[in-house]
Amino acid sequence: MPELLELRDVSKSYPARRGRGRGLRAVAGASFTLAAGETLGLLGESGCGKSTLARLALRLIEPDGGTVRVAGQDFTGASAAATRRLRRRVQIVFQDALSSLNPRMSVGVNVAEPMRLQGIGSEKERRSAALELLDLVGLRPEHADRYPHEFSGGQAQRVAIARALILRPDVIVFDEAVSALDVSIRAQILRLILDLQQRFGLAYLFISHDLGVVKRISDRIAVMYLGRIVELGAAAEIYRAPLHPYTEALLAAIPVPDPRRMRVRQLGVVEGEAASPLDAAAGCAFRARCPHRMAVCDQATPELLPVLGRHDVACFLHTAPPPPERKAA
Amino acid sequence: MDGDDIVLEVKDLVTAVTVGGEEVRLVDRVSFVLRRGRTTAIVGESGSGKTMTALSLLRLLEPPVRVAGGTVRYHGRDLLALTERQMAAVRGARIAMVFQDPLASLNPVLRIGFQIAETLRAHRSMTRAEAERRAVELLRHVGVPDAEARAMDYPHHFSGGMRQRVLIASAISCGPEVIIADEPTTALDVTVQAKILHLLDGLRQETQASLLLITHDLGVVAAMADDVAVMYAGRVVEQADVDTLFHAPRHPYTRALLACAINLEDDRHTALEPIAGAPPDPRRRPSGCPFHPRCPDAVPDCRRIDPALQAVSAQQSVACIVAQRAMADA
Repeated sequence: MPELLELRDVSKSYPARRGRGRGLRAVAGASFTLAAGETLGLLGESGCGKSTLARLALRLIEPDGGTVRVAGQDFTGASAAATRRLRRRVQIVFQDALSSLNPRMSVGVNVAEPMRLQGIGSEKERRSAALELLDLVGLRPEHADRYPHEFSGGQAQRVAIARALILRPDVIVFDEAVSALDVSIRAQILRLILDLQQRFGLAYLFISHDLGVVKRISDRIAVMYLGRIVELGAAAEIYRAPLHPYTEALLAAIPVPDPRRMRVRQLGVVEGEAASPLDAAAGCAFRARCPHRMAVCDQATPELLPVLGRHDVACFLHTAPPPPERKAA
Repeated sequence: MDGDDIVLEVKDLVTAVTVGGEEVRLVDRVSFVLRRGRTTAIVGESGSGKTMTALSLLRLLEPPVRVAGGTVRYHGRDLLALTERQMAAVRGARIAMVFQDPLASLNPVLRIGFQIAETLRAHRSMTRAEAERRAVELLRHVGVPDAEARAMDYPHHFSGGMRQRVLIASAISCGPEVIIADEPTTALDVTVQAKILHLLDGLRQETQASLLLITHDLGVVAAMADDVAVMYAGRVVEQADVDTLFHAPRHPYTRALLACAINLEDDRHTALEPIAGAPPDPRRRPSGCPFHPRCPDAVPDCRRIDPALQAVSAQQSVACIVAQRAMADA
């Protein structure tokens, strides 16, 4: 199956202000692929770089290094015309749909706006496309003439999804798209997202801090910690048999909605807090909090590598450390 | 469990606002009790009235929102009948509150230690030096590392989790009997949430305070609560001990809410069963049961009869005529 989206060794750093302190490494050497009809969940806590990674995939920001390919074509080094063409194929839905819509435009015009920006269709054609999309996401034709502030959170998210779909993209990036919604509304939107994928064979990059939601919707999951993908594998396997100590800690900390299975005393607690993702020296970023820390974890940064019969992980417990300059004890 | 355990008893609480000459009820005849050393959770979606209930107890409502009926008895004394001066002596000292957004509850230009000391000095006769020393002890007690130095820092120097610890230190400073925590971990990462939940539960156990936990998160409810009240459209629709609520829910809304909760065993092939529609606007609540337009079990009577919360067993009450009739027949 052709890869619709491919990131290879993508990095993004923000330099220190006027030489004060060290720079911030938001994303370090991230690689993944995404095929038609597939959902890759990107899981991580605040500050791990998942939203930066999403913006890199869309080229809303430019990477310092690495390549982004869309449907096999180089997106990173594309000409202005090619960039414009490739942009149609990758769309995004943000957490706060209301603020991502233009408050001065009716919802119908908002939904059709990507067509106008791409110079597609007459005003009438755009209007009829918008109506068709609103229907597809479960809104009524009269909603087209209302303004964003008249919409509830769930309805606004439907509008944002309609707008993301109007250019018939191959890939949609959801950045915490259901995180602000109430449980009952969240279930409605997740159902819509899954239905649309089945209908159109869309590829999804689904970013969230919520493991339950990510597992619910994804085929594969990538776990990020301080700018790096530390584990990547089938959703069920990541949940059932996580390899990275950080993934284990994350799983143990989630309260399960069943008092017979878990009470607060059983919630796992991991030492310390995530440091800020500074351009640090070599070594595993999780080592200070890791219960399995070894000498090698201070000396080298583990790469994301496949573990035979399992999945990919960046941890020396499971992958061989690099051979050079290990001091003999 | 005898009546002596009851610390706070809320009865028929009504909180309302007048819009265009019409009284709109944001909290509608809510009743529950808080018992010594136990955690009671109020769970509901946004707009269900759970935060309004908490603010009503502490008389922290912003006019024109006001308490329009009911009683809040703290050891038998109705808090709603106290003068503002009397209430100020209770609030923060006997009944303390922890909010979702600690940054908004802390003064950005004052040092942390000073702020905790001020809370103490407002309720206790203490010198500034004594209060500041006690503030450092409290910070240490809630797990702020290097407490002595951190007391000299400002709120923006703290991470979200540490800020919530600071707020909890301030809340417990006067040894309250009731701690009200409104979505205390909603803004936090899950690994940080686990630590804050451990801390709150540990403090409850240690001080035997009652904890009123307000949350939308059923996972947090299952982990923390002894007793649960489910709110919908300003009403308590079901009340039970935590095990009964999760394993034998009677109200169709509770059941629907549990069906929407995500279990980690679920994957993309598990059927999703969302509740259709959205909660009603408080200005345009439907007649009869407020849930009937979304309810899979509704009968014609539900449009007409406004169901009262009634006990269906020793540990469970439900406001649903269908469930009440089924239990009566059984």
